[in-house]
Amino acid sequence: MKVLMTEYLRIDLDTEHWECRVCNHDIGPATHSYKEGTLVHNRDPREIHPPILDPEKYRFTFSPDPEWVRILEYYCPHCGTMVETEYAIPGHPPLYDMEPDLPALKAQWAAREEIKDPVVGPAVVADQGHKH
Amino acid sequence: MSEMNTPVAAKMPSTEEIALIKKFLSDTTLFLGPDPEIMQNHDLMPRTEDEERAVGKVSDAHIIAKIRDRIQSGCDEGYEMVEQMGAAPGAKWGDVITGVYSASGDLAIASAGGVLIFSALVHHPIKFIIKNWMNDPTVGVREGDGFIHNDSRYGNVHNTDQSMIVPIFHEGKLLCWVASTVHEGENGAIEPGGMPSMAESPSDEGLKMSPFKVVENYQIKRDILTFLQNSVREPKLQYEDMKVKLFACLRIKQRIEETLKTDGPEALVSTLRLTMENVRAEVKRRVSQWPDMTVRTYIIQDSTLRENCVVKINCKLTKTGDRLIFDFRGSSPEFTNRATNTIVAGLKGMLAQVFLCYVWPDLPRGQAAFAPIEVITDPHSIVNCSYDAPNSQSLMSIFTGFTAGQHAVAKFLYSCPEKYTKVHAPTFNMINTFIWGGVSQHGETLGNLCADLNGMGAGATVDRDGEHALAPIFATMADIGEQELNEEEVPFLQLVSKKMTRDAIAPGKYRGGQGYTMMVATKDSEQWGFMTTAQGAKIPPIQGLFGGYACGCYPLSKVKGVDVYDVLMNEPHKFKHSIEELMNERPFDGASYTTHHMGMGFEISKRGELFMISQGAGAGYGDLLERDPAGVIKDIEEGLISPGVAERLYKVKFDPATLSINHEATAAARDEERRARVARGVPFKDFVKTWNKPKPPAHLQYFGCWGDDVGTLYVGSPDITRDANVPKPNYMRHPKDVRIEELEARLAQLGALAEEKQ
Ligand SMILES: [Zn+2]
Repeated sequence: MKVLMTEYLRIDLDTEHWECRVCNHDIGPATHSYKEGTLVHNRDPREIHPPILDPEKYRFTFSPDPEWVRILEYYCPHCGTMVETEYAIPGHPPLYDMEPDLPALKAQWAAREEIKDPVVGPAVVADQGHKH
Repeated sequence: MSEMNTPVAAKMPSTEEIALIKKFLSDTTLFLGPDPEIMQNHDLMPRTEDEERAVGKVSDAHIIAKIRDRIQSGCDEGYEMVEQMGAAPGAKWGDVITGVYSASGDLAIASAGGVLIFSALVHHPIKFIIKNWMNDPTVGVREGDGFIHNDSRYGNVHNTDQSMIVPIFHEGKLLCWVASTVHEGENGAIEPGGMPSMAESPSDEGLKMSPFKVVENYQIKRDILTFLQNSVREPKLQYEDMKVKLFACLRIKQRIEETLKTDGPEALVSTLRLTMENVRAEVKRRVSQWPDMTVRTYIIQDSTLRENCVVKINCKLTKTGDRLIFDFRGSSPEFTNRATNTIVAGLKGMLAQVFLCYVWPDLPRGQAAFAPIEVITDPHSIVNCSYDAPNSQSLMSIFTGFTAGQHAVAKFLYSCPEKYTKVHAPTFNMINTFIWGGVSQHGETLGNLCADLNGMGAGATVDRDGEHALAPIFATMADIGEQELNEEEVPFLQLVSKKMTRDAIAPGKYRGGQGYTMMVATKDSEQWGFMTTAQGAKIPPIQGLFGGYACGCYPLSKVKGVDVYDVLMNEPHKFKHSIEELMNERPFDGASYTTHHMGMGFEISKRGELFMISQGAGAGYGDLLERDPAGVIKDIEEGLISPGVAERLYKVKFDPATLSINHEATAAARDEERRARVARGVPFKDFVKTWNKPKPPAHLQYFGCWGDDVGTLYVGSPDITRDANVPKPNYMRHPKDVRIEELEARLAQLGALAEEKQ
């Protein structure tokens, strides 16, 4: 059985591995951070959040300061999907952001049907009025 | 000497002696400060004998639901009254809450609209009244009494919020409490508007009302009222809103009394108790459906509002079975002389909003929904500050704490089949607005703020873009208000308002909702000024979700040495309607154009000078290469993103004149970018070898833990640390002193200070 953990990642409960939901690539053991199986790019935040004010003229430009913060981009090494971003202080070790308890996860899903399409959740809809 | 060191057999005091010691201590207490026993506990009080009896007598689900709905509509009615009649701008846009509290002080039912965080806080002052004033012969709690409170240290977000608390009796017996709370604004602090960022100690924060009696026989006591009016900049507001809150409480009281007539007191007591107990049980059940997991995140505050620095809000969220534990250890130590600290109850109140507004909005609103959730912090932390730390800008820490919670919770919800809302990227979390004060065109002294802070951009969700300028994270049902109405009262205009700030984006498969530009300029007063109190001019204050990006940064821009009202009269073509054009083109001759972080202390403005800011965007969701190209073109058409930025980031190919999409070229460009990612991305184990550093960078003034070692907190430098469990003062220097020192060093280098005597 496979559990859809994020938009791009799932855990195969039998192999206990993270997998890419886009290309089925085996990312690595789910006893470790999925990040260990990804490619990382240290992105200058000005490339994503472009300066709106002229950087030649102004101290603050609407761009993050690249000496204060970087964007770590984590890619699936096979298909290049960006599975996660992390706005990080330069040099700060990447976070072990999702550390599932695998035995508990297995026990929980033993009582559930496998879900192939993610559950989106209810939409906000206009009130249909009071009816009997 | 030796005698003193000889241990003697300790004699245990008898029960009688312990009682005597307790009585002695309570009789001789010199000051009833905030009570840690009350302030550190957010769970429900145990069932009382009265509640036990009531539940035994009435527990039919239909009767309970009927009475709950009646009380709920009573609360909504009280809320409407405050919103319609309240004088504070906060009241008009819904920065209000009303609620009914159990006899022990727990909030059982709150109004459907308004700011829910109050509801997680006002139970503290009620419990203080119960513990200290109920049996005190000099105070007492009687029918017709009303209590006022604002000091955050006794249970409040910050001291601008004032509560009116009224006990409800039935046949001489205390049955429950009703309370009404409003963000009043002005409170006599060192800056107008009630949220001073210049406060360096609690003594700078204005009125500090511990809970006390201000109403007897349903009448406001004029002597105390006059003292309060005399302590603030807006005496009329103080009086008006105390009356409005009292009458809202009395209306709810009337609705409770009607219920008592039809169903009796047991039915009411049982409804309040069972509503809370059932919600608490349901929350534990819902949590148990989440995966057992630990999620880690951190949010960075990039300023204290006085200076830029790096302040970490560290969050580890663990779910085990039906337990959910927020661990904020490792967050920055409290600042001894900066106002961005929060009491821990404020953090908990804001975390409660994650659940009641964004995760389980179907649950009855009250204290119970957060009651079973656990929170751990370091002592004297920025998210659990001490009595002596200023906290008038606690919003900075409770909002970044909220975002940490919202970001972490989303990672649990994705795989959970049972959902009550869609998985949601973080919403923008800063109050990018103008706080204002001075003497109005009508000669009145005012101090308050623009309701535009309620226009925070929403985070994207699993299947749609975030909505623009939607709602503040602290009140999903609040309003932005009518600027034109406001302008009748205040001596300034918003020359540009509600125009989206182009390219201030949070890209993703679904992009975040964007924020709008505000440009203000004073008119018709020589005594008027502004302040801004937000972080995020150097580091975004949120994180993206599942490959989505966060927002960018939002500075303050000023144009001085110009009167734009003259420009608009004489050379209107020179005025531009975006910060981008005004600042880059500099159309006004002789004017000065400057940029700043968003912590502007109160500053007097001259007629026609421009102060310009932007609301922020909520975070994006998912990989931006998966964004529907039609959505990208729509964003261009709506002025959210410029064509060049859209093409470069989203890799969408289109005809620049017609904006018609070349789908084949787009698909090819996106495939090429995916290949480029694989080529430039570095395997994780190699990446961390060069990226990871053992300490924070030397060029940043850094506060909080580094990496996983939450036991060691950095205090402004890679070389200064302290044990997380051993509090120490954390003083910041005056930013002007720091600047003078820098400039003097440069003068000394040039030899210009050689003559100066020391
Ligand atoms: Zn893949």
